Amino acid sequence: MTDHAYNFAYLDEATKRMIRRAILKGIAVPGYQVPFASREMPMPYGWGTGGVQVTAACLTPEDTLKVIDQGADDTTNAVSIRKFFERTGGVETTTHTSEASVIQTRHRIPEEPLREGQILVYQVPIPEPLRFLEPRESETRKMHALEEYGLMHVKLYEDIARHGEISTSYAYPVNVEGRYVMDPSPIPKFDNPKLGGNPAIQLFGAGREQRIYALPPFTEVVSLDFEDHPFQASKADHDCDLCGCATSYLDEVITDDRGGRMFVCSDTDFCESRRSAGHRGRLSPEEMA
Amino acid sequence: MSDLSGGFTQAPQQSARAFRAVLEAMARPGRVQVLDGAAPPAPLSPAAGAVLLTLVDQSTRLYLAPSHDTPEIRHWIAFHCGAPLTEADAADFALGTWEALQPVARFAIGTPDYPDRSATLIVECDALAPANARLTGPGIETEALAHLPETSAFVANHASFPLGFDCLFTAQDQVLGLPRSTEVEAI
Repeated sequence: MTDHAYNFAYLDEATKRMIRRAILKGIAVPGYQVPFASREMPMPYGWGTGGVQVTAACLTPEDTLKVIDQGADDTTNAVSIRKFFERTGGVETTTHTSEASVIQTRHRIPEEPLREGQILVYQVPIPEPLRFLEPRESETRKMHALEEYGLMHVKLYEDIARHGEISTSYAYPVNVEGRYVMDPSPIPKFDNPKLGGNPAIQLFGAGREQRIYALPPFTEVVSLDFEDHPFQASKADHDCDLCGCATSYLDEVITDDRGGRMFVCSDTDFCESRRSAGHRGRLSPEEMA
Repeated sequence: MSDLSGGFTQAPQQSARAFRAVLEAMARPGRVQVLDGAAPPAPLSPAAGAVLLTLVDQSTRLYLAPSHDTPEIRHWIAFHCGAPLTEADAADFALGTWEALQPVARFAIGTPDYPDRSATLIVECDALAPANARLTGPGIETEALAHLPETSAFVANHASFPLGFDCLFTAQDQVLGLPRSTEVEAI
């Protein structure tokens, strides 16, 4: 049921036009952060206001929306954003990756490969990959303009000097089409290889920081690294304790105060689909099904 | 009363669908998308009318090339979009046939700091076929074929990436996107 007190998908049409223009410029210059006039949303900054605005500008009445928070469909953030668009847009929602046409995500890319016709909307806290190296916006803007990314390589080098390897494990910087260095939002670096060559459209929205950027389908995205320290997508060295998957990204869950723990897929839809297909892990024997 | 007709009857829903077509067009250069719902006065095509209704408003400066600078179109845009009309070099959006938009070198291509401050050209065409150019780049898996009014201007536009203008080619109810990121080659 649409709540008729609101315009379709909450935002007014002028705001949507402004966001849509920013998205199109982002698509035209992949990896470049387009400034936009971010609006106050009925949720606090840090809860996905950027992603919500991008989603609102993209949604059509025919869309099916999925929202995930670190892979999970059932957390507060995901549930309330899904409800928000059910109420203000009247759109269908789902938890199944394959059924969704628009997927808003916080910090994960679904395990199931995306396809043409899908849009993945990322919630982004700090869009500027150079921000923690150079706090001044005037300077980082110049660095992007001049393609001056030496500082980022120094940072990765210092990781190696200090820890023996590149210890950056999330929000791992990427180079887009050989031009812009981009923050892929705090997704685990496990997900980085899915950024490039993806048949879906990927849009990034940072509400507080007022930036939108984009990756068109099949864009070349390279995780920064060194010849002698190549990029490695890493995950916990375990199988999922519920579905037994050995290749998915895992969350570690502490189960008691005596060192007990379990590892489960962070993508809940992926894990549930596998279990309903009969896959079992260490802590979900057959008789529990 | 022609001024008042031809806009979207359900603006939020229709502009959302129109935007998705434009987004797909821009994100997959060379792939023709269907864009309808608008009925603007001739010679403005329904697709170009829908682009205007979806993206252009009081906050965007619009340049009408001589081919589309008619009183009917001016009135239609004033009523439905409210966009201020401007000269070519100050335009956020430009509308016209490829010939009428020449020379395209006068349109904004952004600055190194802000490459997004560039013009979007809405280029009216008779048809979006047959293909005469090969496209490669972001949004294209291997290569795409498209019908472009010429190739040299787009080669030059791509050469200044990340600066450059972006194009939406429209014919009847069809739209084809060509962002500056696309590499163009004549065939």
